Amino acid sequence: MKLNSRQSMSKSAKKAHSGGFTNNLGKSPTGIAGLDEITLGGLPTGRPTLVCGGPGCGKTLMAIEFIVRGILNYDEPGVIMVFEEKAEELATNVASLGFNLAKLQKDKKLKVDYVHIDKSEIEETGEYDLDGLFIRLEHAIDSIGAKRVALDTIENLFSGLSNEGILRSEIRRLFQFLKAKGVTTIITGEKGEKTLTRQGLEEYVSDCVILLEHRIDNKISTRLLRVVKYRGALHGTNEYPFLIDKDGISVLPITSLELNHAVSNDRISSGIPTLDIMLDHGKGFYRGSSILVSGTAGTGKTSIAASFADASSKRKERCLFLAFEESPEQIIRNMNSIGMNLQEHVDNGLLLFQSSRPTLYGLETHLIGIHKLIEKFKPRTLIMDPITNFVTIGSLSEIKSMLIRLLDFMQQEEVTALFTALDQYSGVGMRTDEGVASLVDAWINVKDVESNGERNRGLNIMKSRGMEHSNQIREFIITDRGLELVDVFRGPGGILTGSGREYQQSLDATGAELRSLAETRKDRVIGRKKIVLEAKIASLQEEFESLKEELNMTYHEEEIKKKIPEKKKGDFSQKKNPSGTSRSTQKKK
Amino acid sequence: MKSKKKKYELRLYIAGNTSKSATALENLKKYCEQHLKDQYSIEIIDLLKNPQLAEGDQILAVPTLVKKVPEPVRKIIGDLSNEEKVLVGLDIRPVK
Repeated sequence: MKLNSRQSMSKSAKKAHSGGFTNNLGKSPTGIAGLDEITLGGLPTGRPTLVCGGPGCGKTLMAIEFIVRGILNYDEPGVIMVFEEKAEELATNVASLGFNLAKLQKDKKLKVDYVHIDKSEIEETGEYDLDGLFIRLEHAIDSIGAKRVALDTIENLFSGLSNEGILRSEIRRLFQFLKAKGVTTIITGEKGEKTLTRQGLEEYVSDCVILLEHRIDNKISTRLLRVVKYRGALHGTNEYPFLIDKDGISVLPITSLELNHAVSNDRISSGIPTLDIMLDHGKGFYRGSSILVSGTAGTGKTSIAASFADASSKRKERCLFLAFEESPEQIIRNMNSIGMNLQEHVDNGLLLFQSSRPTLYGLETHLIGIHKLIEKFKPRTLIMDPITNFVTIGSLSEIKSMLIRLLDFMQQEEVTALFTALDQYSGVGMRTDEGVASLVDAWINVKDVESNGERNRGLNIMKSRGMEHSNQIREFIITDRGLELVDVFRGPGGILTGSGREYQQSLDATGAELRSLAETRKDRVIGRKKIVLEAKIASLQEEFESLKEELNMTYHEEEIKKKIPEKKKGDFSQKKNPSGTSRSTQKKK
Repeated sequence: MKSKKKKYELRLYIAGNTSKSATALENLKKYCEQHLKDQYSIEIIDLLKNPQLAEGDQILAVPTLVKKVPEPVRKIIGDLSNEEKVLVGLDIRPVK
């Protein structure tokens, strides 16, 4: 897995640098993570490279890693000629890195030749040359068909032999010999006071010079690598931090110059549904974006971060939680109290905590460590809680440059990052958010709102690139069921939070109740009036009906009275005039 | 001289027939005849022919004279032109 990531790294590096220059000089990849990217391909093939630095800077390790990775990754046998440590000591020292020198020697891929010089045993008289050394080296190279050679540390010859004139000319000859042999060589050299190496080896090795340094800044050590010279080839010229750990050397090529990473339109939840609502009406953050949560102490930054982690794990996406203040157990316990079961995610392998004090290493070393973790764990989300603790080991500008590099890397890997930052309003502290805010895509600020003898939390979104977001300050409450945002009430005296809000809420509720009461009473009154009126209408109708009836009756009576005599008359004349009735109706009219 | 009972085993490492190795061999023979008559044996090893032997005696420079016996092992590098140094190196003459 490690090898894969290394290969993919160098592949991406090649891609990134493919345009613009043609590679005339052959390069041998070192296999050392990051170094091939800085040198744009590796060390000059068939030429000597000088690796110099002070004691304990990692020269020997670099030389040996170059050889071992050459054998393992590129199938190029190698010779290590040691002038310092004994062969067995060397094997033991690098065994901790997982390099099995004995096995490689048995497989005829590696030859270790230990050159021992003891001045007390040696007497010099007259002319001599170092043909013995040449013969040994040539024999070693030829016996396994070596393509790579490491000489560590050739300057020790100077302490064993006193004729400097001969030594210098012989070393010059040695480099010519190595070039003629066509082997890619690393020569290590101890750093001198004013020169790169004590014996001025850099005069002889003119193709590639790499300087390693071990700098102590503010009691914290950082290892740095710089390619001082690389004849005939482009190379990164900066100082690059590097790390030595159980996987060997990792160098971090830090500045990605182009801003051309792919972006995602995918959205992910913040883990707080009410916060998502503030972000484009419930859609949440963009995947691969960076989020800063700033706030004063005790405003719940870690809780926001934890719920983000929780949400990520619930989506079955891996989350890396870098805690610089609390231990994993502490965070898990604390988040349990607000209803988040992070332990479950840790057990499922979806959540990885990495706790360390920032002061453990320098900034750069942290950065490399994070890089390696990301490559290994392949998280989709990353949390750093809090970034402000780095102030103890670096200045604002250093932290900022580190974060830029980290963000570049994460955007490239499409990892969503959430940082928390502590705001300090008092004292000589600094406000990291101001330095970092311009880098991040979204910035959420949590602040204390203090009024009426209590403190409450207010949350607002300071910025969120590329989406509509709420401009409101919401009250942020932490309950035993999780985090929630509540609308802030605006009272006559400004924003109302906490008990003020609750009071206002209850006032409002009472008002509503009263209003509804009043409404029902009015309704009833109207209803009653309506009934009364309706009753009146009904009785009037009745009256009208009875009057009408009475009128009809009177009319009928009269009609009947009229009819009867007529009928009698008609009985007589009916046979002659059958239309007597029609006549009578006409009369009625 | 105590050295009369001692047997000297000397090895001279050279790399091909160079003037330096010729000088060294010439000088060595001269000193041995003078000071170690019948007490010594000289083995000449040409590293061009036997490169694998260089490692065993930790040979860097050529020519190198190695005194294996008597102990302690001493190495004298160069063309052996300085008689005094060679004799001191071979423990034939104490350091003055």
